[in-house]
Amino acid sequence: MAAINRDDVAHLARLAHIEMSAEELDRMAGELAVIVESVKSVSEAAGDDVPATSHPIPLTNVFREDVVGHTFTAEQALSGAPDAYEGRFKVPAILDED
Amino acid sequence: MTETHSELFRLSAAALAEKLAAREVTAVEVTQAHLDRIAAVDGQVHAFLHVNSEEALAVAAEVDAIRAAGGAAAEELHVLAGVPIAVKDLIVTIGQPTTAGSKILEGWHSPYDATVVERLRAAKMPILGKTNLDEFAMGSSTEHSAFGPTRNPWDLDRIPGGSGGGSAAAVAAFEAPLALGTDTGGSIRQPGAVTGTVGVKPTYGGVSRYGAIAMASSLDQIGPVSRTVLDSALLHQVIGGHDPRDSTSLPDPLEDLVAAARTGNVEGMKIGIIKELHGEGYQAGVENRFNEALELLKGAGAEIVEVSCPNFKYALGAYYLIMPSEASSNLAKFDGVRFGLRALPKEAPLTIERVMAATRAAGFGDEVKRRIILGTYALSAGYYDAYYGSAQKVRTLIQRDFDAAFAQADVLISPTAPTTAFKLGEKLNDPLAMYLNDVATIPANMAGVPGLSLPGGLADEDGLPVGVQLLAPARQDARLYRVGAVLESLLEAQWGGPLLEKAPSLTDADADSSTAATALSHGGSH
Repeated sequence: MAAINRDDVAHLARLAHIEMSAEELDRMAGELAVIVESVKSVSEAAGDDVPATSHPIPLTNVFREDVVGHTFTAEQALSGAPDAYEGRFKVPAILDED
Repeated sequence: MTETHSELFRLSAAALAEKLAAREVTAVEVTQAHLDRIAAVDGQVHAFLHVNSEEALAVAAEVDAIRAAGGAAAEELHVLAGVPIAVKDLIVTIGQPTTAGSKILEGWHSPYDATVVERLRAAKMPILGKTNLDEFAMGSSTEHSAFGPTRNPWDLDRIPGGSGGGSAAAVAAFEAPLALGTDTGGSIRQPGAVTGTVGVKPTYGGVSRYGAIAMASSLDQIGPVSRTVLDSALLHQVIGGHDPRDSTSLPDPLEDLVAAARTGNVEGMKIGIIKELHGEGYQAGVENRFNEALELLKGAGAEIVEVSCPNFKYALGAYYLIMPSEASSNLAKFDGVRFGLRALPKEAPLTIERVMAATRAAGFGDEVKRRIILGTYALSAGYYDAYYGSAQKVRTLIQRDFDAAFAQADVLISPTAPTTAFKLGEKLNDPLAMYLNDVATIPANMAGVPGLSLPGGLADEDGLPVGVQLLAPARQDARLYRVGAVLESLLEAQWGGPLLEKAPSLTDADADSSTAATALSHGGSH
């Protein structure tokens, strides 16, 4: 497995939508390299014959009656929004004009 | 206030419940005693992010009115009606802010209650307020809270554990008899260990997580925090059981955990020491108290066996791949659109993507950013199989280790944490050293099995609390209470009372009046 470097962190920060300063990228790259190195042994622990576990106690076919449960009013749903307009969430431009 | 009332905050939840039922005290007196205690000591401890005085007193008054009126309504009151509780600020509550310890949610009010909070309200337990935590429950010291650290009541220069340091410290400092916590890798049990209190992580799915802000959905679990094993059982009984709003909630009926705690017995029980979870890397004082606990259990008729869980050595690494992967996905919803903070980029263009990136840069702290980046990495194309896929396989191996161990023993035992409470700041700049605190608690989350931490005494080197952890097979939470109650009573017989009687009072002459004033202005201010 390749070590994690500054360019990787910059790419990952873009994917995760977190703006990072140059200084932050340097620091994060150093810290993550140490952490990634320490978890490396995990990839060698289990052979191909070991199945993956995604949930500790898996439940299947979890259904409920198809009835209307608790719902929020538009006002409640918008109560924590940074910006709202006429009963909707208001966001800045979705697309960059240029 | 009479002398009796001024010491009401020292009583256990079970003792308070008895006094309330016998009408020796009122719920308002009990609640006020705790609010006064918070005002007196929380300036030093900083366990609370918000104090909910008005609502708590109103609920208490309602209980008192029902009890005074008598009749069927009074008889139907829950046994814990009028017994106050604190709630970790990761769990949403109507009428109080929920911050998750993060700037990104500062001042946010949830429009709904978590299921566990609904159950507290149904039992008419006054909610004293919201307790401090590492941001989004990411940490082992509460130092990653955006609102400043909580301090350990045993030594104010030391950490109270994390992420639920606020809940544990509130209970240890007698600011609340009970609290709710959440445990993803040890966030209930490790704070319990370092503050000399009791904390339980129930079986995965045993307590509804509806309304707990998710960090890692396949690991997170809400559970009780208290000063005694019986009190945790009482609270577990209130919050446990099936909830259709959480699709991982177990449909099984809840066992009688209170009866298990009241009729503790280890006669003929096999208790397994996990070879890999003690010895090297564990502080001498922690080892000593742990070994003494084993002797006591042996004396009470238990058979001590040794079991080996060879794959536990991969647990920490696998956890630090699975947890950040799930966290990076769960935290994607904090985007500056639907709730919380919105920050604008310094330069144009003002597009939603750039607003999102600026919001998350300003709203998240370093540890949260670290875990989001790590999780994004582990899930990215080309690395997924090697990291996330391998970690999930390790999870299978850990489950198999537990299966084999529980074939040889009824419950397993280990120290809860490798060391006692360390100094604030000591591990803040070394993420890996911080992560190692959870080495003994993580396996339970990986396998979904229940765990309980209870005080095992004070370490010789530093006089600080040591925790003993009990683990049971999935759905066998009652065993933890059965064994925990026995060990607790044997230890308390040796100590001549509860361990917390040895903790500093926090209101001696050394605490000057200015701290109390700070506490008063702090209450309810944010």
